[in-house]
Amino acid sequence: MKKNKKVSVYLDHSATTPTDERVIKAMLPYFSEKFGNYSSIHSLGREAYFAVDDARKKIASFLNCNSEEIIFTSGSTESNNLALKGVAKYFLEKNKNIHIITTRVEHDAILEPCRELEKQGVRVTYLPVLKNGAVDIAELEKAITDETVLVSVMYVNNEVGIINDLARIGKIIKKANHKIYFHSDATQAINFLDCDSQELNLDLVSISGHKIYGPKGVGALYIKKGTPIKAIQTGGHQERNIRSGTMNVPAIVGFGKAIELAKKEQEKNNKKIAKLRDYFADKVIKEIPDIIVNTDFNNSVSSHANFCFVGAEGEAILMSLDLEGIFVSTGSACASGNLDPSHVLLAMGIPKEIAHSSIRFTFGKHNTKAEADYVLSVLPGIIEKLREYNPLYNKSNSN
Amino acid sequence: MIYSDKVISHFKKPHNQGVLKNASTVGEVGNPSCGDVMKIYLKIENNIIKDVKFETLGCAAAIAVSSVLTDMVKGKSIDDALKITRKQIVDDLGGLPEPKIHCSMLGIEALHEAIKKYEKK
Ligand SMILES: Cc1ncc(COP(=O)(O)O)c(C=O)c1O
Repeated sequence: MKKNKKVSVYLDHSATTPTDERVIKAMLPYFSEKFGNYSSIHSLGREAYFAVDDARKKIASFLNCNSEEIIFTSGSTESNNLALKGVAKYFLEKNKNIHIITTRVEHDAILEPCRELEKQGVRVTYLPVLKNGAVDIAELEKAITDETVLVSVMYVNNEVGIINDLARIGKIIKKANHKIYFHSDATQAINFLDCDSQELNLDLVSISGHKIYGPKGVGALYIKKGTPIKAIQTGGHQERNIRSGTMNVPAIVGFGKAIELAKKEQEKNNKKIAKLRDYFADKVIKEIPDIIVNTDFNNSVSSHANFCFVGAEGEAILMSLDLEGIFVSTGSACASGNLDPSHVLLAMGIPKEIAHSSIRFTFGKHNTKAEADYVLSVLPGIIEKLREYNPLYNKSNSN
Repeated sequence: MIYSDKVISHFKKPHNQGVLKNASTVGEVGNPSCGDVMKIYLKIENNIIKDVKFETLGCAAAIAVSSVLTDMVKGKSIDDALKITRKQIVDDLGGLPEPKIHCSMLGIEALHEAIKKYEKK
């Protein structure tokens, strides 16, 4: 990597991933040549139908379920909305008092629908988490009531990478009451982990294409047969009337291909990514003083390394790295347009002033050691410079 | 959220960043729990701001605001410095993204705080 060449190092794979070449190749015929509508009865429609059916099978195989249990959506945001609001709608239409349990560290695509449901009279419990961001399972047991109909716990946290023990959570829920439905936002998990819906006792699972080297704007919701759910989006009766709208055939084909590759190459990618991430994290910890490590490496997916660089503001770190051609993300409030820093870090017990200094590095299958070394060559200088700008840093540090 | 080239260039190489050893007055505003703190050092002689420096904890916008504001006040009389508005700062930076407009206020508040302390002396 020569200095005068414009470098670009992408370490933001939790935000999105580049579409794999093989995925693009699988998608291309479905834009113009095989452009049929999945719902048309003629042969062009049938061609689209079988392509979607094939993708559905691949996703079902990944989740170990039947392909009729897969509903295609526009992504995990929609899948989460459908899961939460769709199940709630079923019970609310029967005038039942219902209770939903989720966690404080979910993605906004869970938290916002929950807040909307609260306005409709649904009681929602937001479970606390342990220091490493994993849901506090003891609290889950205490939170279950006779009115609980749904528990939603993310498989992997998008900010710090912690893995929740869904197998154990599933068992607890079903033991308490087999009529409680179990949903997981598995968006960040499927690249790295098995997601066997049977083994994990899952009734609903949200997944998305663009986090696994597939296209953006496509996802799926697994809905176990017999799960009570009502449509949120109505219209042309597609997807067994649960999700109307013309099927995005090329994206669905790409999603199918992406999940097939993710499964086939999971072990190899995990090994490669973990090695690089561990190398990077070790160096950061050794070379930069006064940091907090927010990722529990022993209990997280291989991609994540989230740190607080105390005394340097996260968005300023992000922008400084950007100027060096390095792409990351931050939990600082300044990057979100909202006053508070990352709700995940706050729930983990990190004070606000420190949470503002967080940076999330998420590695992917294309990253190299040379890229990690390049980041390590500029990062310490950036942190030092921003700490130097900070009027409070030296003082709070020298006493 | 997109920053203007001017914001980026001030952020990259902020003007007047540092500590003024023999400052006549210092103003500090903000709160680390909100993620931004600005401290402004003024050297004042005969009502003229002869020199100015800043230290800022904050985002790219906060640092760019500090840089451009300190450029603006240098050489001005106290009265003229007090007339600087947030709109002037934002305009000089070629605009700020909406969620960052409050950063421009931080600069003005730090300046006013420093001058208020100077006038009380
Ligand atoms: C945990 C989690 N849930 C949901 C989403 C939203 O997914 P999508 O972009 O497919 O709507 C994301 C992605 O940002 C995520 O990380």
